[in-house]
Amino acid sequence: MNTPVVQARGIVKRYGHVTAIDSSDFELRPGEILAVIGDNGAGKSSIVKAICGATIPDAGEILIEGKPVKFSSPIEAREMGIEIVYQNLALSPALSIADNMFTGRELRKKGFLGNVLRMLDKPAMEKFAREKLTELGLMTVQSIKQPVETLSGGQRQGVAVARAAAFATKFIIMDEPTAALGVKESRKVLELIKDVRAKGIPIILISHNMPHVFEVADRIHIHRLGKRLCTIDPKDYTMSDAVAFMTGAKEPPAKDLA
Amino acid sequence: MSENGSSASVGQDFEKKLDESDKSIASFNVKATSPFERIQHVLHNNPTLVPVIVLMLSLVVFGLIAGGKFFSAFNLSLILQQVSIIGILAAAQSLIIITAGIDLSVAAIMVLMSVVMGNLAVFMGVPTVLALFVGMAGGVGAGLMNGWFITRIKLPPFITTLGTWSIFYALLLWLSGAQSIRGQDIDTNAPFLKFFGESFNIGGARITLSAILMILVFLALWYMLNKTAWGRHVYAIGDDKEAAELSGIRTDRTLLSVYGLAGFICALGGWASIGRVGSISPQSFYEGNLDSITAVVIGGISLFGGRGSIMGALFGALIVGVFRSGLRLSGVDVLWQVFAIGWLIIIAVAIDQWIRRVSA
Repeated sequence: MNTPVVQARGIVKRYGHVTAIDSSDFELRPGEILAVIGDNGAGKSSIVKAICGATIPDAGEILIEGKPVKFSSPIEAREMGIEIVYQNLALSPALSIADNMFTGRELRKKGFLGNVLRMLDKPAMEKFAREKLTELGLMTVQSIKQPVETLSGGQRQGVAVARAAAFATKFIIMDEPTAALGVKESRKVLELIKDVRAKGIPIILISHNMPHVFEVADRIHIHRLGKRLCTIDPKDYTMSDAVAFMTGAKEPPAKDLA
Repeated sequence: MSENGSSASVGQDFEKKLDESDKSIASFNVKATSPFERIQHVLHNNPTLVPVIVLMLSLVVFGLIAGGKFFSAFNLSLILQQVSIIGILAAAQSLIIITAGIDLSVAAIMVLMSVVMGNLAVFMGVPTVLALFVGMAGGVGAGLMNGWFITRIKLPPFITTLGTWSIFYALLLWLSGAQSIRGQDIDTNAPFLKFFGESFNIGGARITLSAILMILVFLALWYMLNKTAWGRHVYAIGDDKEAAELSGIRTDRTLLSVYGLAGFICALGGWASIGRVGSISPQSFYEGNLDSITAVVIGGISLFGGRGSIMGALFGALIVGVFRSGLRLSGVDVLWQVFAIGWLIIIAVAIDQWIRRVSA
């Protein structure tokens, strides 16, 4: 009944003799947070990159909301409403919060000023940026014009998440969003992730941090040796089980197998 | 481990202490503690402030030392006229430095295109307007050539433009036969080439059209950089190219347009230089590349890219002009002018480094 938001089948990606993705499947359901975990080198980033167009798979098919797609760059994926929060944030430090939220999709003024003189509609962009940050509880004071480099790590991550949440219509991919943050700031970002889910936007969360994964994820996709090993419900298993499946120390039960 | 409750109880065991801690994590106000830091923040937000202050101070100081000779409307307009060509080159240079690049070929493009325009209009009987058009197109082409090497072949801008500097310089010596085109020949065959040498007087000040052109170029670039998406992209690329790429900017295309536009501005400078110099000399502006970089750096535009306002380069060029004129009128030997400019560059970069260290 519910078409998965993303459905990938038999994805293969080789780099020379190395097979990064070995005929892997992937599924993201509406409104969920799907965590993707796996040992270093298991290929969890590769499969997610294949989904958003950052790498082009050698074989396999990707369906988004039931329709087959072939992205050649993340920009194309973005045009479809797929947003990515990168580990290194992809923000321009010297530009303002508002400028950063609209990079690559700026609003122009109407009429002659916008069409001929290409003038940006700064007030509209600042208003929108302020609304979106407030929506996620990130905004307590004015200065939306403040350069991003004057923000703390957590605040920057907040801006990146707010940007993704503001423009995503299909889903958001988050690559290690808490990896560079302290405990307190991670907490804030986890709350943000839940707020985004509450808005109905599904999230793919790549993370190494088991407590964070078990706290926010609805399902956990465990990647091992280039393919999906199983998908588990975090309520049915402990963190050590997940780590055991990930490393091959334990076989996952047949019902969860991919 | 399946808590989906309200925020107070959510979290890991080790996070319990957090409830007692400061919750004002998302407040964006900056608290500068010492006045020193406050100055740093103000300068960080207004990068042109330093060159403006330096320009004002140097005007006052030289006004006091050299007196009325310096502070006359005539002398001030003369400074404006003297810096106009280097100012136009500095505008092109700023564009490229904001993208974290550098262009050593700006002056070579400028002189090459003035030779092209002169050869066509003066010796080959091509209508002046057409010769100008060819020159402008040539400037764009030369800029795009730099941009192509940098974006497609992925060569560093420094090496690329070091190479094209020699290439363009050799071409201009070949095209000109190392001979100047005399002012009289231009006057009889293509007087319009000297258009930007025209001037008018306002109360003792003699304003040349080349100075007006320089100011117009800066205003146009200021608008493009600050009020259009293209300009924001130029800054984003200089700031962090990879991040710009990831946030959806087509960085190579934007960079190519920057180099093309810089080439166009250089060619425009070439036209203006014919009026300013009065003839077309292949030997002129040999140090123009470095002079333009000097103006940009003194104007507070960071060589590391992404920071500084284009107007800074205009003030930077004017500061150099004011120092030269002020020192000369104070009777100081030319070598001390060079000495002073050297210190200005070093101090300007030191201030830039200090401002960049600002962080929350």
